[in-house]
Formats: sequence, C-alpha cells, structure tokens
Amino acid sequence: MNKNSEKIDMAALRDKLATQQGKQYWRSLEDLAGTEAFQKLVENEFSTSLDEFGEGFSRRRFLQVMGASLALAGLSACTSQPEEKIVPYVTNPEEIVPGKPLYYATAVMLGGYAAGVLAESHMGRPTKLEGNPEHPASLGATDIYAQASVLGLYDPDRSQVIRRVGRFDTWENYLASVQAELQGQRIKDGAGIRILTETVTAPALANQIRNILKDYPLARWHQYEPASRDSFKAGAQMAFGQYVDCQYHFEHADVVLSLDGDFFTGIPGGLVYARKFTGRRKAEGDSAAMNRLYAVESSPSLVGAMADHRLAMRAGDVAGFAASVAAGLGIDVPGVRNQAVRQKWIDALVRDLRKHSGRCVVVPGEYQTPDVHYLAHAINAALGNVGKTVTYTQSAEANPVVQLDSLRELVGDMESGDVDLLFILGGNPVYTAPAEFKFDEKMAKVHTRVHLSLYEDETSELCHWHIPQSHTLESWGDARAYDGTATIIQPLIAPLYGSKTAHDVLSVLSGQSGKSTYDIVKDYWKKEIGGVDFDERWQIALHNGTVAGTAFVRKTVRLQRAQNLNVEGSSPGIEVVFRPDPNIWDGRFANNGWLQELPKPLSKLTWDNAAMVSPATAARLDLENEQIVEISSGAQTVKAPVWIVPGHAEDCVTLYLGYGRTRVGHVGNGTGFSAYGLKPGSGDWFVAGVKINRIEAHWPIANTQEHGSMEGRNLVRSASVGEYESHPEMFHEMGHEPGPEMSLYPPFEYNGYAWGMAVDLNACIGCNACTIACQSENNIAVVGKEEVRRGREMHWIRIDRYYEGELDNPEVHHQPVMCMHCENAPCEVVCPVAATTHSDEGLNEMTYNRCVGTRYCANNCPYKVRRFNFFKYADYETESLKLMRNPDVTVRFRGVMEKCSYCVQRINLARIDAKKEDREIRDGEIVTACQQVCPADAIVFGNINDENSEVSRRKSEHRDYGLLAELGVRPRTSYLAKLKNPNPEIVES
Amino acid sequence: MADTSVKKRGAAKAPFIEPGHTFGSITDKISSIVLTRKTPIFWFVGFGISFMLLSLLMVAVAYLVFEGIGIWGVNMPVAWGFAIINFVWWIGIGHAGTLISAILLLLRQDWRTSINRFAEAMTLFAVAAAGLFPLLHTGRPWLDYWLMPYPNTMGLWPNFRSPLVWDVFAVSTYATVSFLFWYTGLVPDFATLRDRTVNRWSKRVYGILSMGWRGSAVHWHRYETAYLLLAGLATPLVVSVHTVVSFDFAMSIVPGWHATIFPPYFVAGAIYAGFAMVLTLAIPLRKFYGLEDFITMRHLQNMAKIMLATGLIVGYGYMMEAFTAWYSAAEYEEFMILNRFTGPYKYAFWSLLACNVIAPQFVWWSKARNSVVALFVIAMFVNVGMWLERFIIVVTSLHRDFLPSSWGMYSGTFWDWATYAGSIGLFLTLLFVFIRLIPSVSIFEMRTLVAEEKGKKH
Repeated sequence: MNKNSEKIDMAALRDKLATQQGKQYWRSLEDLAGTEAFQKLVENEFSTSLDEFGEGFSRRRFLQVMGASLALAGLSACTSQPEEKIVPYVTNPEEIVPGKPLYYATAVMLGGYAAGVLAESHMGRPTKLEGNPEHPASLGATDIYAQASVLGLYDPDRSQVIRRVGRFDTWENYLASVQAELQGQRIKDGAGIRILTETVTAPALANQIRNILKDYPLARWHQYEPASRDSFKAGAQMAFGQYVDCQYHFEHADVVLSLDGDFFTGIPGGLVYARKFTGRRKAEGDSAAMNRLYAVESSPSLVGAMADHRLAMRAGDVAGFAASVAAGLGIDVPGVRNQAVRQKWIDALVRDLRKHSGRCVVVPGEYQTPDVHYLAHAINAALGNVGKTVTYTQSAEANPVVQLDSLRELVGDMESGDVDLLFILGGNPVYTAPAEFKFDEKMAKVHTRVHLSLYEDETSELCHWHIPQSHTLESWGDARAYDGTATIIQPLIAPLYGSKTAHDVLSVLSGQSGKSTYDIVKDYWKKEIGGVDFDERWQIALHNGTVAGTAFVRKTVRLQRAQNLNVEGSSPGIEVVFRPDPNIWDGRFANNGWLQELPKPLSKLTWDNAAMVSPATAARLDLENEQIVEISSGAQTVKAPVWIVPGHAEDCVTLYLGYGRTRVGHVGNGTGFSAYGLKPGSGDWFVAGVKINRIEAHWPIANTQEHGSMEGRNLVRSASVGEYESHPEMFHEMGHEPGPEMSLYPPFEYNGYAWGMAVDLNACIGCNACTIACQSENNIAVVGKEEVRRGREMHWIRIDRYYEGELDNPEVHHQPVMCMHCENAPCEVVCPVAATTHSDEGLNEMTYNRCVGTRYCANNCPYKVRRFNFFKYADYETESLKLMRNPDVTVRFRGVMEKCSYCVQRINLARIDAKKEDREIRDGEIVTACQQVCPADAIVFGNINDENSEVSRRKSEHRDYGLLAELGVRPRTSYLAKLKNPNPEIVES
Repeated sequence: MADTSVKKRGAAKAPFIEPGHTFGSITDKISSIVLTRKTPIFWFVGFGISFMLLSLLMVAVAYLVFEGIGIWGVNMPVAWGFAIINFVWWIGIGHAGTLISAILLLLRQDWRTSINRFAEAMTLFAVAAAGLFPLLHTGRPWLDYWLMPYPNTMGLWPNFRSPLVWDVFAVSTYATVSFLFWYTGLVPDFATLRDRTVNRWSKRVYGILSMGWRGSAVHWHRYETAYLLLAGLATPLVVSVHTVVSFDFAMSIVPGWHATIFPPYFVAGAIYAGFAMVLTLAIPLRKFYGLEDFITMRHLQNMAKIMLATGLIVGYGYMMEAFTAWYSAAEYEEFMILNRFTGPYKYAFWSLLACNVIAPQFVWWSKARNSVVALFVIAMFVNVGMWLERFIIVVTSLHRDFLPSSWGMYSGTFWDWATYAGSIGLFLTLLFVFIRLIPSVSIFEMRTLVAEEKGKKH
C-alpha cells in the first residue's frame, strides 16, 4: 500500500477491479483502495473488539488471522443473500463423477528438484497430494512440503493482484512498461538486463531464458536461493572439474557414513534414499540382517537419530574427521590432524568401511564445506563404491552455478549501476541474501525492478512491479528429478487470482507476449521429444507424470587431486551452525500454518526457531530454555531464545533460517527471528568465534513434547541385532500382554474384516510426513502458537520422541502414535452419549454429531490421542480454504472430540468399489494417508482377519508388541520393536 | 459415626437452646428476622458483594457459551479442570445438609434442630452451584440434554455404562429429594409467617407456599410421616451421590483415579467438607442475627467433632491411596503417587495435607473447640483443603499419565477463577435471599426443643 498517498485514485481503482477475477465485494471506495484508515476500521470491526474481552481470545493468534481473512474475503454478512442458481451440468464431462476424485500426475519442487505427485481433484479442486509411485524421486511417498503445498495454494494471504509501486495495476500495463524499457536495452544488447531466478531444473524455462540471452547477448542470468547446493557443486567441481549430480544407492550399501548431513529430508532424492535405506533395516522374518549407519554431526538430525553409532562434533571439525577417515583408508590428504580422542572410533569405522568395500557409502552433508564433499567423493572412489552405491550423472540443474557467487556478481553489477532492468522470478533475496551483501540497498540503484512471487514479501515491497505468481498446482511447467527424469507440471485448477508464471513474465523479453505458458512448455517438448506421435507421447508423459527417457545416463567421472584442503578444524570459541528450517525451509513456507504448527523433528518446536544448544553448553553458559541470548558474529547481532537439545555438539549453536519475516502474511509474520543476519557472505554454513550474551528476558516457545524420557517404561522397545537374534522373544517379555480371556465376557467375534495397523519403529525416520498428510486428508485445523503452548494442538498422529542413555549423545527413538483402535477401548465405556463406539470391523468410531464434549474419553485414553476443539478452530469463513477441504471428511465444529479414524473414508471408498465388483476388499487396497505418504514404509494397514495380509504378516513378527498392552485395552495398532546394528568393536571399546 | 451418646450426656451438659425461651419468644425471634426487623446493613453489604460475584458468573458463562470451553485452562492431557474440581467440591459441601436433616433425624439427634434448616438450604444451593459445572463444562452445553434418557427421533439412549450418566441421575435425584425435604420442613413455618405477616402480598405468597396448613392434628400426623419417609429416602442418597461422583474417577483407568477406596473416601470427604461449610456459615449467621441462643456452642462443638471424625477417615484415605500405589507394584500407580509427593504440584499436595489432616487435629483440644474463632479458622482450612484435594485428584492424575510424551501442565485462567468465584456468588446470593425471606432456623422444631428442655427439668 502506498503510505504516502491516502487520496483515492479513481483510475487505480478501476484498474484494480480490472485485475481481479470473480465477483468482488467491496464495501466502499476506501476499502477498494485499501487505505490505511480503512484497514484500521476493518480491524476494529472484526478482530480487536473481541480481543479486549479477555485473554482466552486475544491469545489465539490464529483466530485473529481468521478475522483478517474475513476482511479479505469480502463482506458477505452485511449483504442480503444473493440470488444464486444452482445449475447442473447439461452435458456431464465424461470423467467427472460427483463424489469420486480424479488423480492427475504432476510434480512439486523443493530447491528446483522435482518429486512426482498424484494430485487428488474433487470436482476440479485439488485437495490432497499423494506420491506418484511411478516417479523415480517419489516411489509413492512425499515429504512434508509437498503435503503442505495444498494449503499454500489456497492460502488467503497469497498475493492476488499486480502492483506497481504499491498500487494496483494491470498485466497490460506491465507488458507496455517493460516493452518501453526494452527499447533502450535493445541498443545496448541487453547490457542492463538481469534475470534472477531460484535454482532452475526446468528445461522449458531454461530454454526460454537462453533464448532471451541470445536476443540480448549482454544480459545475464543469475540464480540464487539460500538453501542451494553450493557446497555440493563446489565439491564436485573440485573433485571432477565439472558440475555433476550424484545419486546414492542405499539398497546396495551395508555400511553408511554420514558426514554432518541429513540424506532423508530436504535433499534431492531424499524420499528414495529413505525408502532404500530403511528397506535394509526391515529385519523381517528370522533374518535380522541390517545395514549399519555411522553418523557424525553437529546439529542433531534425523539421520543422526537413526544412526547405530553417532558422534556429535562441531561442524568445523567434520572436515578433519573426514580427512582422518580418508587417511585411514590410505588416501593422501594434506594436513591431517591426529584426532587421538576418537581415533579408536575412527579405526573401527575405517575397518568396517574397508571390509565392505563396494558395499558402503559415504554421504557428505549439504551444508558442509566443499572440502568435505571432495573427501567423500575421494573415499567413495577409493572404496570402489562408485558405480555401485554411488553413481554420477550430469547435473539436473539447467545451468549449474555456485549460487552465492552468482548473487555476488549481481550485487556488484547493481552497485556499479550497470543494471537497468531486474527480473526477480521467485525467491525473496532482500530477506534471504547474506546481510553483508546489502541486497536491498544495492537493488535500489536498479531503474526498474520486477518481482514475481507467491506473496507480497520483503522483496516485493522494494520492487516497482510486483506480479503474483501462479502456484505449482495452477500452472504449467516442467522440472527434473534428482536422476534427471523430467516431469511435465500440469495445473489442477485455473489460477485462483490473476497470477502469472515465470514463462509469462519473461514472454515479453523472449518476444512471445500473448503466448500461453502451456504453449511455451508444449512447444519446447515438441522440439525435444518431437516426432509424429508427439501428441500421444505428450499425453502419456502427462498421464504418467514422467517424460519417458529423460533420466540421465550414468557418467564416468575421474577424481582429480585436490590442491589445497582445509581440514584444520574450526577456531576456538562458540560456533554457529545454520540450517534451513526443517518445516518452513528458507522462509518460503513461513505463511503455511500446517508447516508452522508441525512439531520440528527432535526439538518438537512449533511456530518459532531457537538457538539450539547442547545441555552441557547451556549449563556452562548458564542458559535455560526460552531465555533470550544475543549472538554476535563480527558486526552482526541476532537475538534468539535458547532451546536445549540433547545430543547437540558442544560449544555449538544451531540456528534455523526462514523465520523473522516481516512481510509474508498473517500466519508467518512475527514468528521467530531471522538468522540470515549472521550468515556469512562466504557461503559457509557455520561460523566460529561468535559471542553469546545472556539477556534477562524470555521468549515463550510452543513445544509439543516437554518430556523426553520414557521414565523406564517399555514404550519403545529396542535392542541390538545380536541380542534379538539370540533371543527373538525378548520384546514380548518386556511387557505382559493380557489376552481376551481376561474379560468376563466372551470376546467379540469379528467375522468380516478386522482392521489393524502395524508400525515398524525400525523403519520410522521421524520425518513428520504422516502428521501433515493426516492433517491434509482429515481437514485438521491449525490452532496457532498460543493454543499449542496450552497443549491444544490437533494432530491426529504425532511422532513421540524419546531419549535414552547419556544426555550429551543420547539414543533417539521416534514413535508415531495415533488412535490404537483398542478392542477394549476405554474411551467408549465412559462416553455418556455413545458418541464414540466400536464398529463390527473393530474401528473405534467417533460420531461428531453426537459428541457433546465432556472430554471424558480423552481423560480415559491412555495414549492421549484424542483431540478436542476447545474453540472453533476450523475456519468456516475463508472462502479459499473451503475449496481445500477433503469433501469426504467432516469439518469439526467447536466443542467436539476428534481423533484418528484409520481413514475410515478410504475404507468405505474401497468397500464401495469392492461391493460394486462383488468381491472382497483386497489386501493393500486401502492405504491410509499416513501409510501412503511414508517414505520409510513404516506403516502398514489392512485386514488382520486375513492371515495372508501384509499387516498380519508384520504382526506375526517376533518384534511385534502392543504399546501399553498391559492395560488390557488390546490395541489394534501394534509396533515392531527397534533394532540397532552396532559395530562390536566400538561397543566393546 | 453419629454419636448416640451425645443425647444422654447432652442433658447434663450445655443445653441445645439457651434457657428462658418460650414458644412465643422463639417464634418472635425467628420470624422477626423475616417479617419485622429492619434488614441490617450487613445483609445489604453481603448481598451486594454476592450479587456482584453472581454477575461475574453471568458474564463468564455468557462468554463461555459464546466463545467455547477454550477460555478455560483445560487442555490435553488435562481435559478436566476447574469445572470438575468445583463440581465435586460443591457437591461435597451439599452433603452436610442431607446428613443433618435425614440421618441425624433418624438417629434422633435433637441438636440438629437449630441448624438443619439452613444446612438444608445450603445443600440445595450448593447442589445448584455444583450442577452448573457439569452443564457448562461440556463442549456444546446446548446439547447437554442428550445425557437424559428421553424418547427422541434419533432413537438413541445415553450410554448407561458411562459414570457421567449415573451422575446425571444421582445429582438430579439428590437435588429433587433435597428440595422436597427442605420444602416439606418449611410448610409449618410458612404457615406461621402467613399468620403473622401484615403485608397483604407476603400473606398471599406465604399462604400459597404453606399449602393450606392449619396445624391440625391430621396435618401434623401426615407431616411427620412424610418427613420421616423423606428422611428415609434421603439417607441412602448421602452415601450414593458422592459414591457415584467418585465413580467418575474410579471407573476410569487413569492412575490416581482408578481406586476402589474412592467411594467411601469421597463420602467421608463430602461430609467433612459439608460440616466445614456449615460451620463457616453458622458462625457468622448466629453472630450477626444474635442467634447464639439457638445455635449454641454445643452445636458448634458437635459439628466440629463430626468434622474431626470424617477428617480422620479422609486422612486414612490419603494414606491408603499411597499404600495401594506402592502395594500394587504397578509402575504407573507408583509414579503417580511419587509425582504427587515430589512433582510440579507438590506444593498443592502438601498444602492439602496441612489443611485436611493437620488443621482439624486442633479440635482434639478443648480450648480450640470452645473458640468460635478457632473453629471458623479450622473450617476455612478444611474448605480450602477439600478444594485442593479435588485439584490434586483431577489434575495430578491427568497431567502425567501413561505416555511421558503427552505430559503437560495445567493452570486455571482468569475465566476459570471467575466462574469459580461466580459460583460462590450464586451460592451466597441464594443464601442471603433465603435468610431474608425464609426462617433460617426451624421455628416449630425449636418449639419442640423448649418442651423437651422443660420436660428434662421436671
């Protein structure tokens, strides 16, 4: 909004109305112009007046958000009911059957890399994403970001209108304005044109940019996103003299060494790695053969939590550690320090690696130095892993560059005034660029700045043109996966607002104005895969979600000798380690309520980031949870609340990026603090020698699990492979499990189906994908930070995290807990109105309509999986969110209890299909949302009356046990105990 | 527990009514509070404060219904909080009334006469305050009637296996019988007021309320029969109501709730709390209205003794809870009791022991028994202690149960406290209205005491 001008500009208003789609409700000219005074009026009218009523309400940030959303949605309450006519299809589209969803193959990206998804569409509305089993980077699983992108699409805070210096404008004016600028550039060969994108793997987009660069030879294309793979690329450049991608093949790896990284999440191919890695830990039947994972890490990660052996060390020491391992394997590395303390550990590791030559793999962390990447390549080469557990291909990036250098170059050009016309396509560099680049100041020297983004963010504010970006689910496009496989991205819905794609924005440069994104993408692929039967192949590619034959062929690479490796170890003092946030990534998902409220793996924080330190470091610095500290490095200072994380490296602080945003939306504004200020411009992901000052103030943090100890209870049962093999019944002996004979009544006979679930704790990596998939499938509400602090989060499935052993390097256990559908369900007996009852298939069913909300069931549930609508958490007002909901699942009103239903809507769907075909429901036909999304295949659901079903098979394993089964509740969900495969040499020492 | 020897020894000890009273003087004194005496200032002050608290309750309830149960501090895992604590507390307080009216009547404990009327009134009002909470604490209070078995188009009964449904029956029966008992006892006194009042309107109102009572022998005969029958009906209720309330906890599987000792321990606790509350109310009442003649030290002492006796039972209950937790060798039970002793709510727990176990021990000491102030202070301790007991039972059992991952903390919000204070406001407002409009000591029963005392002298 233009704060300097409160005068209403009629022309601008006319333009605004022209830019918006659909029926626009506006109350007055002030409303339409969005003047500040009017905004205040709206706030007073809708949100704050009730806040004054008391703490209960004012604390609920999310409801304020909703109050504001109401203002955005148009004032429907004060108008009389419009005369609406419901018009049936005169000719029903062939494929649409009301009530039956359709699935379309498309892809979602993180860091430019695609993972294939199948989008569930109800009457033209995408409501849920499932992994595409035929896509090589998905194999049917998705990560949390893919699940949450549905909410991203319908986010009411998304940018909806083109703005020029803060005022509403039109696409036509944008085209005209840029065309005028281009007149001058044409003479200069485009010397003043810069295009800044995020990582681009999209072949069609890269092609379009290349064509522009042909027309304007002096124009430049830069790429930058903060969580890019710069270290990986620089390491590959060091090792092989070229940019390559590498893929790991964990299915062939008996021994894995992770060097301060997390190869499960936030990495291209992570879903596949998780599937293949955990596939080697299933310990099925009598064989307990398992891979062995060594992890060295600074900041506790999911890989560290899975490790059979884990060392916590400062990020700066990892290079030295890797060099020691390399030296142990006989690789000539300059400057190896002898790490006497861990020498035994290293020796045992080296022997184990050597023993498994060709069947092991070393995986460097994305946020380690290029040197560590170089060493990992060297070790893999020396152990003969290349071609077996590690393969190389050309980079999936269309134009691989070390992005920080690319950005630095752009900033230099902007400073010297060489840039006249800057297109920022996606990304938010004003917020994400290292503070020392002073991106915002330098950018001010650019004559015309165009920003395409999903939100009106920090960068949009400083640009002349802001253009709302189409969400992935509403635009055409393409992208490559980690192995090069290309996917055509197809829109599931027409853009909700007048948004544009990068292709659209660039079309004016490439002389394709007016050409649709669809045509640009299709034309590109016509040229690529061409041929007479192109239309058919195009259809097949769209249908399958992959373009056949686009996976890269393996590349033979030759390791070069490194000139100079820095393996000295970090300087003394405290080290800060940066990581993209596990939930909101680099900040792009900051306005996504599902991701904000998702308890971060291990720390279980929601809605905030924190300065995470080890217990010992906290004790030494006299810090406690939620206490604010001032962290300074050089001239930069950041204030952050402390959170103590067992297993963190000593003298080391982890800061997650992505928080502290000021302009993102009602959900994300004001959450956490920004760590970008401290992040060095060198591109390093850790910086040593920082100062930490205690401040006598606290910042409240919403954490979903306060207690990490199992208190000696046999909740997660675990043992080493050796112990298990010598005594397979050990897990059953850990707890007494009373059978049905304990009851005075005869057990109920389940004659038809009897649904049950088994969760393999040995496979669960704790990635949270199930939690958010469940949220999406079951229309689970977001409650906001204050409500989470009061213990009122609504997730139907949660990942319990327990620590075991020493405080400084504990063993971590994950345990997904959802409703156990107990056969003797304690919740059912106590409900006074019979709102929760047992079905004849063994489901514990919740009848929302009948629930009066005594909450007695929740008290009596030993698993505490029941969730209560203390307020009206579900958003009944915001129009766009109505489109998002799964029509098969009721949206719950305030005052009713809810909980996991075993995805009863999916059971019923399968039942209908089976009945139509006059057959039984097949094993595997019903896939619950949590099961479907799980990259580790940890969850299996099915009919336990069928002896041959997968779930029965798993339940017959020796490792199978019931959580709290000693209470006699007879849970239908059971767990497979966790195994560790330690190296006997290290255990003995 | 009622000491039948009291009566025998009572003749030799201080009387239940100060000497010198005649039928006329009793009637004059008690009815004048309602009919002739100027309403004292303290009544206006007390009623004003109570009414303000009642208004706070109205605001709190309106906001609750408007906004939702989330304005309270309840959460997961502590899904029951102040509402259930207050419910059990009020229901417990209500017990003294029935006990005094019914059981002591059946046991021919004459000393009950001067205190039974307002103890019964207290019962009714306490039950009214108690009844509010389960109604309000549901997520959708407007659907509470679903807990009643009534023919409906849904074709659904409530779930008769749920202790909450038993609660509905227990509490509503108790409220009904208590009301009938109280009202029946009031009929002769209403007739007295009807006869003595000069105001036309109050004559009519009392006339209707006295249901044509003329004091004939037939009336008295029927009255005595009805009163005795009602006493017989009410007697099992003293035991059953709080037994059923304790089932809300005992029937669950929550460590700290699932205990067979709960029914007797709850009943004893209820009588304990009830007598503490009667003392709390009787002491200022006799002072302000000069009723020392009628509510004598003997009454206060007897009540204090019952309080002590039931307090000892309650103390035994605490001991057995701890013993059973240890003896069960069940890890969740063991943890629960240790958590009460040393966990985050340990201060509440030890304060509870100080209030409920230590404080009443002073009653053994005759000096304390003879001091009105001491008795009042001890009774106040017990009132607080019994509230803390319910807090400990509800909160500490729930906040750390089976899975440590779900452990949490609980505290009341402003609205929790407002509702609680408001319920006290409701109780006191009703009580002040009662004192002003209805004889707070039974006139006709006091008259029988005069006769008895006379009889003893001769």
